[in-house]
Amino acid sequence: MIKRFVRGMDERLGASSFARQALNKVFPDHWSFMIGEIALYAFVILVLTGVFLSLFFEGSTGEVVYEGSYEPLQGVEVSRAYNSVMELSYDVRAGLVMRQIHHWAALLFIAAMVVHLCRIFFTGAFRKPREINWIIGVTLLLLGIFNGFTGYSLPDDLLSGTGLRIAHSIALSVPLVGTWTAFLVFGGEFPAEDIIGRLLVVHIMIVPAAIGGLIAAHLAILWRQKHTDFPGPGRTETNVVGSKLWPTYAAKSVSLFLAVFAVTALLGGLVQINPVWLYGPFRPEQVSSPAQPDWYMGWVEGALRLMPAWELRAFGFEIPNPFYPAVLLPGITFLLLYAWPFLEARFTKDLEPHHLLDRARDQPARTALGAATLTFYTVLFFAASNDLIAKLLEVRVETVTTIYRILVLGLPPVVGYVVFRLMKGLLASGAERFTQMPLSAVLHPRR
Amino acid sequence: MTEPNEIEAAGTERNQQKAAVRWIAIGFSVSAFASLALAVVYFLGGQPQLEGTLLAIALGGIAVGLGLWASELLPKGPFVEGRKTLHDAPVDRHEAEAAFEGDPEPVERRSFLLKMLGAAVAALGVAALFPIRSLGVRPGRELYKTHWTPGARAVTRAGTPLTVNDLDVGGLLTVFPEGHVDAADSQTIVIRLDEGEYEDPPGREGWAPQGFVGYSKICTHAGCPVGLYQQETRELFCPCHQSVFKVLEGAEPTAGPATRPLPQLPLGFDDDGYLVATGDFTEPVGPGFWDRDHD
Ligand code: FES
Repeated sequence: MIKRFVRGMDERLGASSFARQALNKVFPDHWSFMIGEIALYAFVILVLTGVFLSLFFEGSTGEVVYEGSYEPLQGVEVSRAYNSVMELSYDVRAGLVMRQIHHWAALLFIAAMVVHLCRIFFTGAFRKPREINWIIGVTLLLLGIFNGFTGYSLPDDLLSGTGLRIAHSIALSVPLVGTWTAFLVFGGEFPAEDIIGRLLVVHIMIVPAAIGGLIAAHLAILWRQKHTDFPGPGRTETNVVGSKLWPTYAAKSVSLFLAVFAVTALLGGLVQINPVWLYGPFRPEQVSSPAQPDWYMGWVEGALRLMPAWELRAFGFEIPNPFYPAVLLPGITFLLLYAWPFLEARFTKDLEPHHLLDRARDQPARTALGAATLTFYTVLFFAASNDLIAKLLEVRVETVTTIYRILVLGLPPVVGYVVFRLMKGLLASGAERFTQMPLSAVLHPRR
Repeated sequence: MTEPNEIEAAGTERNQQKAAVRWIAIGFSVSAFASLALAVVYFLGGQPQLEGTLLAIALGGIAVGLGLWASELLPKGPFVEGRKTLHDAPVDRHEAEAAFEGDPEPVERRSFLLKMLGAAVAALGVAALFPIRSLGVRPGRELYKTHWTPGARAVTRAGTPLTVNDLDVGGLLTVFPEGHVDAADSQTIVIRLDEGEYEDPPGREGWAPQGFVGYSKICTHAGCPVGLYQQETRELFCPCHQSVFKVLEGAEPTAGPATRPLPQLPLGFDDDGYLVATGDFTEPVGPGFWDRDHD
């Protein structure tokens, strides 16, 4: 069987030597190299479930009277988009599970990308020759976040409508081009009728195609450059140590895919997510409270909430308040992410190719900077629920906001400094783990 | 000759393999049963929790089986593969450069032609951008005005006009101009205050007849409906980013990221005793934009 298959392919494609090389390709076994794969598989799940959903969803804001089997909304005027999501959730067999798997997979997709990015950052895997894949990766993260937002905006429920309204305002806030941008993207003043249909095209065609293409490029480059590897016995700059693609690595990887799918299926079956029937259909004069976006938008939401009531006004023009937290901050964030490999190469004057990874302690400055940056965004993330925290602690929201404002500026330097000292101490003491490190190594790293 | 401990080692390995095979088989069969059960559940009308759980077991069973197969039975290595330097030899590079150069003896005015080509492509690019203009209407005046006109009756979303008696002191309602209950930009919050506690801000005398004050319901921060009112403090809250507006002081923001007060709608009562607007808002409602002051 195998013989005949190989001969058949070889006679037509001359593929034998490629196949031999490919099947024997060695992949390192470290678990942290699986995180990127989790993101890849989450994307596959998103495509599979998304295709199913797209067969039922109607991207229109035309009004209909809801007549499905969810009683509290029967007889209510809703948009066709909302109506079709309700139908999917209540009257299409397996529809709700598909919807919920899709949403959970989206959360996982972006989470896995973020963790993968952290792994790449803290181990220095972005260094030459892997800058191109870093850039593709950052673009994938950006597209993932964007498509997550367009996706949860589609059902035209009260929560997502609120998100779209804020998005319209953010677009408006851009100097010079803001009004035009908002009107062209939405088709007019909020709430414009065209937006849902447009989001649908963007969400199910344009962005997924871009993500798919970039993933292909990401993997092709990875294939060509081969994996990085952690330093260890027998591992050098000129080799790769691990399992062969076929059969061991392939079996492991397929197993991982199925495991990721199983976890999202379990979540999709048992843990409710985005219950649009509880939010109700979108009405421009209503708002859901409390209103928190999906987790990956939390840092922008938190920044919007923490931003003091400042804005720039001069010569009768203004740069409105939302511009700073919601346009400037994300802009700088992604600019720095894109530029990082080149910035670091410039600071360290290290232009050599690297295939062996750093341990976090090997580069205390980079590790400290990364930890401080993560702290900054984590505080912003939690600030997105300042109203819930205030309610929980029974204090005024203003108090919570003030504390967060202090934390967001104060905590990152502290964390950065502590991490820096820890890494220095760990490096100087030569200890394997934190727990084996003598305290004196942290306090007097020089000795 | 084989040493006895080698025989023993081979024996335990065989036992381990046996155990692995057993567990892998169990994983696959559990998966198959779950898939069958899934089909039955679906056939009987479906049930989300069961569907999710069974699907998870069906997928998880194969995942476990394959994972064990890979880790226990398949060749483990570690295998070592050489890593060639990524770059090619210098001659290759030079040849690639030469190939890029293309024509080794370019015509004299090649750079001129290239510039012209660049200009043509750029012009085509600009022309190709114009269809983007079709996506939306011109921003124009729309952001500066709403549907409120002098004498427009204030009605609820259901279209009911209001008289003095329809709102008690301390109560509030969301109103629209009659005939435009779908106009999101015109949504206005009307609060009835005790006439004694409220004083018109300068320049807005007579805008709040009998304690009826109207403010745009669109938050000046990022446009959410300012949906929450606290009667004890006479404050309007925006649930989106927690801006607070003082109703007794012209809806000035006192907390949160909002920088401007909610615009006030001049109100009155018409001859039939119905609540009306006596004009449009005197400034753009809602979130800021760069030329907001250039009406
Ligand atoms: S929209 Fe009201 S506070 Fe942001």
